Amino acid sequence: MLKIQDLHVSVDGKEILKGINLEIRPGEVHAIMGPNGSGKSTLSQVLAGNENYEVTGGLILYQGRDLLSLDVEARALEGIFLAFQYPVEIPGISNEQFLRAAVNAGRRHRGESELDAFDFSALAKQKMEVMELGADLLDRSLNVGFSGGEKKRNECFQMAMIEPRFAILDETDSGLDIDALRIVAKGINGLRSPERSFLVITHYQRLLNYIVPDHVHVLADGRIIMSGGKELALELDDKGYGWIEEGQARSGEPQLSASGEAES
Amino acid sequence: MNEERKMLEDLSSQEYKWGFVTDIQSDTVPPGLNEDVIRFISAKKQEPEWLLEWRLKAYHHWLTLSEPEWQKVKFPPVDFQAISYYSAPKKDEKKKSLDEVDPDLLATYEKLGIPLTEQKRLANVAVDAVFDSVSVATTHQAKLAGMGVLFMPLSEAVREHPELVREYLGKVVPYTDNFYAALNAAVFTDGSFVYIPKGLKCPLDLSTYFRINEANTGQFERTLIIAEESASVTYLEGCTAPQRDENQLHAAVVELYAHEDAAIRYSTVQNWYPGDQDGNGGIFNFVTKRGLCAGDRSRISWTQVETGSAVTWKYPSCVLKGDDSVGEFYSVALTNNFQQADTGTKMIHLGRNTKSTIISKGISAGHGDQTYRGLVKIGKGAAGARNFTQCDSMLLGDKCGAHTIPYIESSNRTAQVEHEATTTRIGDDQIFLCNQRGISTEDAVSMIVNGFCREVFHELPLEFAVEAEALLKVSLEGSVG
Ligand SMILES: Nc1ncnc2c1ncn2[C@@H]1O[C@H](COP(=O)(O)OP(=O)(O)OP(=O)(O)O)[C@@H](O)[C@H]1O
Ligand SMILES: [Mg+2]
Repeated sequence: MLKIQDLHVSVDGKEILKGINLEIRPGEVHAIMGPNGSGKSTLSQVLAGNENYEVTGGLILYQGRDLLSLDVEARALEGIFLAFQYPVEIPGISNEQFLRAAVNAGRRHRGESELDAFDFSALAKQKMEVMELGADLLDRSLNVGFSGGEKKRNECFQMAMIEPRFAILDETDSGLDIDALRIVAKGINGLRSPERSFLVITHYQRLLNYIVPDHVHVLADGRIIMSGGKELALELDDKGYGWIEEGQARSGEPQLSASGEAES
Repeated sequence: MNEERKMLEDLSSQEYKWGFVTDIQSDTVPPGLNEDVIRFISAKKQEPEWLLEWRLKAYHHWLTLSEPEWQKVKFPPVDFQAISYYSAPKKDEKKKSLDEVDPDLLATYEKLGIPLTEQKRLANVAVDAVFDSVSVATTHQAKLAGMGVLFMPLSEAVREHPELVREYLGKVVPYTDNFYAALNAAVFTDGSFVYIPKGLKCPLDLSTYFRINEANTGQFERTLIIAEESASVTYLEGCTAPQRDENQLHAAVVELYAHEDAAIRYSTVQNWYPGDQDGNGGIFNFVTKRGLCAGDRSRISWTQVETGSAVTWKYPSCVLKGDDSVGEFYSVALTNNFQQADTGTKMIHLGRNTKSTIISKGISAGHGDQTYRGLVKIGKGAAGARNFTQCDSMLLGDKCGAHTIPYIESSNRTAQVEHEATTTRIGDDQIFLCNQRGISTEDAVSMIVNGFCREVFHELPLEFAVEAEALLKVSLEGSVG
């Protein structure tokens, strides 16, 4: 699905990602944890194609294609979705109007017929119920005046409507109360399938009780310094990040998923 | 598309066969303006003596004026002696099919969603009548006439209803009003005349689609609309299709007169040729539009969508003379490339408890520059008058400009005047979000801009509103990203 090789990224001339290697296969859920400022959001923005981030080296293959040659829109249409850590507000555009444009852009791209207002509404209602979002949120300007938790749930709702192939969730669990966390996890788990992969960025092991990851990676200072299974998250919860950095010499190169197969 | 609109389109796609286009033998006067030219125009139009005198007085007054320079627009000086003030309507060679039309123009029509028959009419292609449009027109005319509505070219009204024209012409916009109003009074060629009799709510929106004889009203158009006591009417001017004209200067005058309890809604979509991307060519549009709420509880509202012209200078205004009368101004103005617009409104409160609302949305892109200039004036006698003004500007890119200049003059302490202004930019992060969801930059900008203008579009008749949205999108193409 996604293969990142020796990715280097700078912002304003400052190197933030310093050689990331990561491979995500279809159906897998990977979690990324790591201290504040280590570059997690940077990675997610680069995957989505934000041009403020300059890729100075490395390669990203997505479904066997050179992802870096695609612009933001093309990547989205090819199934990449980013749930933002800080969702942006757009006054004057209703949530519904925005999402319908997004859903129909995808459908056009795939050669499917567009959803009319009625079909869209019916589908939206059903998926909003899963996210336990009030229907009035559809009529309101996108993210304007939404509570922090509503914004995050709205990102998940958008994901559920767009049905991406590869979803990046950047701290979607931050700022959620315990019930909202369960709701969001339920929504994400409902989308899990053998063809769909997730990159889940989080600070809290708690989320990973609900969304059980196949792999957990630790990102520190622009590098993945350790990778492991779901139990790594528990260990981090227990000990923090310090012990890895101290013991990095011991564990040597971070482990990578072994397979190098080309995917389509 | 609804029935009526379709009929009107088919109707307007046909040449007018039975009526009021006067045959003119000698065709053009040489460039320049003098008394003889004015006499010639008046004679051509078989005008009564009083109208000729009025034109001449206007002309002599105009000679004493100089062009206004206070507006914040720049353009080369207009040589008024180089303009030909009268030219006979030219019969353009009809094209046989749309194949002969400039494909770029057709592409624009397509994007605007202009129906095929209408495209043909605009591009001057001969159209076969789909059904008997003569009978449709006659039915409409007969229906309106039966109710006492007069809707005809002003020149025809001068001949057929001279007493009405004489009573109202220049009453709301006297020739002494300003430089261009004086010029218009001296040399106007034609325009629309509307009269709605007492108590009648005009059942049709009167539009220039319906007015068949629209060709060649010329650069000095003059419109006069009168609503008698308790009458109401909606008038639609212009269309979203780009309009070209060999005349660079346009100086129209529109006068609205509302009696007691009458209501006039005047909607404009203006899309004159704005000049090329470097700012060459393009129409100068200097319009004087004013409505008089003469009677108590009368109501006048102006709604405008301005996307065209190289230079626009326009302040549709309301004089609220009757007690409890209401004036409204809803405006969307867009300037792209090198367009300049200085536009706004004047609300003159004279009667007691008069109310006015001003909602102005300005969008600037490219090197576009625009100024909202609004005057709210409260007279001594306007006890309890209220005004609410909201001016919002949206900037796309960093080479454009937006300015808001509100003037408030209040001579009555019981009046309330409120003014709000905002300036926003479309953020890169907003565009990024839209792109990330698969929405193209063009669609994203269009959605955001239309959201910004929604309050104004609400005031337009539905079909007009849909066209206006498409128009903004086309006008902004390529301005971001
Ligand atoms: N646009 C930018 N301009 C300048 N510096 C930036 C920019 N974006 C990110 N950075 C810097 O890059 C580093 C990594 O930021 P990033 O947002 O990727 O961290 P993060 O791991 O997501 O942190 P957090 O856990 O706090 O969300 C930080 O030092 C940040 O200040
Ligand atoms: Mg982050």
